[in-house]
Amino acid sequence: MTDNAIADTSDTTAQDAAGLGVRRRDFINIAAVSAAGVGGAAVLVPLISQMAPSADVLAESSTEVDLSAIKPGQAIKAVFRKQPVFVRNLTPSEIAAADAVPLASLRDPETLEQRTKPGHTNWLITMGVCTHLGCVPLGTGEGEPKGEFGGYFCPCHGSQYDTAARIRKGPAPKNLMVPDYVFETATTVKIG
Amino acid sequence: MSFPWAQEYAPAHPFMKWVDEKLPLPRFVYNAVGAGYPVPRNLNYFWNFGILAGVCLMLQIVTGIVLAMHYASNADIAFSSTEHIMRDVNWGWMLRYAHANGASAFFVVVYIHIFRGFFYGSYKAPREMIWLLGVVIFLLMMATAFMGYVLPWGQMSFWGASVITNLFSAIPLVGDAVHTWLLGGFAPDNAALNRFFSLHFLLPFVILGVVILHIWALHIPGSSNPTGVEVKSESDTVPFHPYYTAKDGFGLAVFLLLYTAVLFFAPNALGHPDNYIPANPMQTPAHIVPEWYFWPFYAILRAFTQNFLFFPAKLLGVLAMFSAILVWFFLPWLDNSPVRSGHFRPTFRKFYYLLVVDMLVLGYCGGSPAEEPYVMVSQIATAYYFLHFLVILPIVSMVETPAPLPFSITEAVLGADESAALAAE
Repeated sequence: MTDNAIADTSDTTAQDAAGLGVRRRDFINIAAVSAAGVGGAAVLVPLISQMAPSADVLAESSTEVDLSAIKPGQAIKAVFRKQPVFVRNLTPSEIAAADAVPLASLRDPETLEQRTKPGHTNWLITMGVCTHLGCVPLGTGEGEPKGEFGGYFCPCHGSQYDTAARIRKGPAPKNLMVPDYVFETATTVKIG
Repeated sequence: MSFPWAQEYAPAHPFMKWVDEKLPLPRFVYNAVGAGYPVPRNLNYFWNFGILAGVCLMLQIVTGIVLAMHYASNADIAFSSTEHIMRDVNWGWMLRYAHANGASAFFVVVYIHIFRGFFYGSYKAPREMIWLLGVVIFLLMMATAFMGYVLPWGQMSFWGASVITNLFSAIPLVGDAVHTWLLGGFAPDNAALNRFFSLHFLLPFVILGVVILHIWALHIPGSSNPTGVEVKSESDTVPFHPYYTAKDGFGLAVFLLLYTAVLFFAPNALGHPDNYIPANPMQTPAHIVPEWYFWPFYAILRAFTQNFLFFPAKLLGVLAMFSAILVWFFLPWLDNSPVRSGHFRPTFRKFYYLLVVDMLVLGYCGGSPAEEPYVMVSQIATAYYFLHFLVILPIVSMVETPAPLPFSITEAVLGADESAALAAE
């Protein structure tokens, strides 16, 4: 473009003087660069999108759990999307302890009712993934530490969850996430 | 660039003359690390660590490429293929230990290189660009080391990947989407392992590219030196070859002795036994820590345990951890003292040693469990870390009275410089 710009100097000066500085060449220039820019941006779409979860990863998105063997006070770890899910059968005293906490005192205020299904308030089903940095908290197995609030304790950075799996102490910002699930029968749930 | 008295490349052999005319690569090498590069005559052994870092990079690239010939980046067999390297591949155990301990050696060397820069003010004008590129190299090294540690797919690999990628979920609004996108799933799995392997292979060559820029930028003003006084005349310099090739060669021999001693006698001393357990997404090890070279920054991450205003503790910790390195980018403009070397800055020098102690304390806390007193100690040490860079350095550089500087490097070395007398007349 520079070569022609030099060749056209006298011409453009005359046009500038007349207020006609826009040349046909400028239009071609802008159109060509814009087309290349749009093309370049379009190339980024597959390059970025390929990193998102693939179809087979997304397909692993539901799990059925049989609850019949879990007695009050017990908990199990199920697998959902290759991550642990905590399924816990709360005792009446654990439910009472969760209900006794004033909502205003919570970091992420939610009641036990909001975190369970109607008629199944004793079944606390949450992801077993600490909302701080993704470790698996302790407290499902027999004899594992449950933390100061009787729920779950994350050994990585010391987050403590109560009997409704709500964050009470430590660095985690949120309660343990409740996944989407439905009770298919009284003793089986489908997660995801 | 070079000083006017730099020796010129003059090939004697007809073949080398022919090459020089077509592609002056030997000339380039001669001017970069040969007799054509005049270097201050007073460099001490702290100036050895740039070359050592370069050697470490080459060591990692060579061992890494041969390890990649035997490793399989599939979540089902990655752990087994690592054990296959350790047990079945000829010399595989040595190559893998050399690579794993090579990473530690690289970080030892680079930390000394960085703290050499802190003490001698190597980041100051006209060498800001060298410093900025150096910080970029350090960030790339951290990314590369992290992804490399994930590849054996042991418990520490898996949970390290889980915790570090979860840092990105602290980003407000889009954090969870970014986290899933980075992993290609909801937790580390095959997709994450494969992309980490791909990037772990790529990034060392990116580092190599930035290292070339780093050395290019260095050769424009030339090397700094322990007095911080710029080169004034030919008597202040010696040719890089043979003077510093010999000195660096000796330093390299000492380095290799220490490195091979660790490699052959304590190859697992810096590792974690838990990483010899295959990755298990259902169970987190009781005590997860990153490799030692991340400990100071890990301590800063964990120092934030309380929400502040609208900022959750997790986001604050992540921001602080990244800021702890990003603040180095501003160092040339935070320290305004015209005197470079810590030798002539009595107040700065005391705070420099305090910073070294602070880093060691942070490192110790980062390697300890997340419980008291380590949490409180890392909170104090984190506060001091930022105080040093953002408050102490700017104030000290304004109020400090530096000690008198020598007229020249020659005077500092010989006690007298003839050109000093000429300048005084």
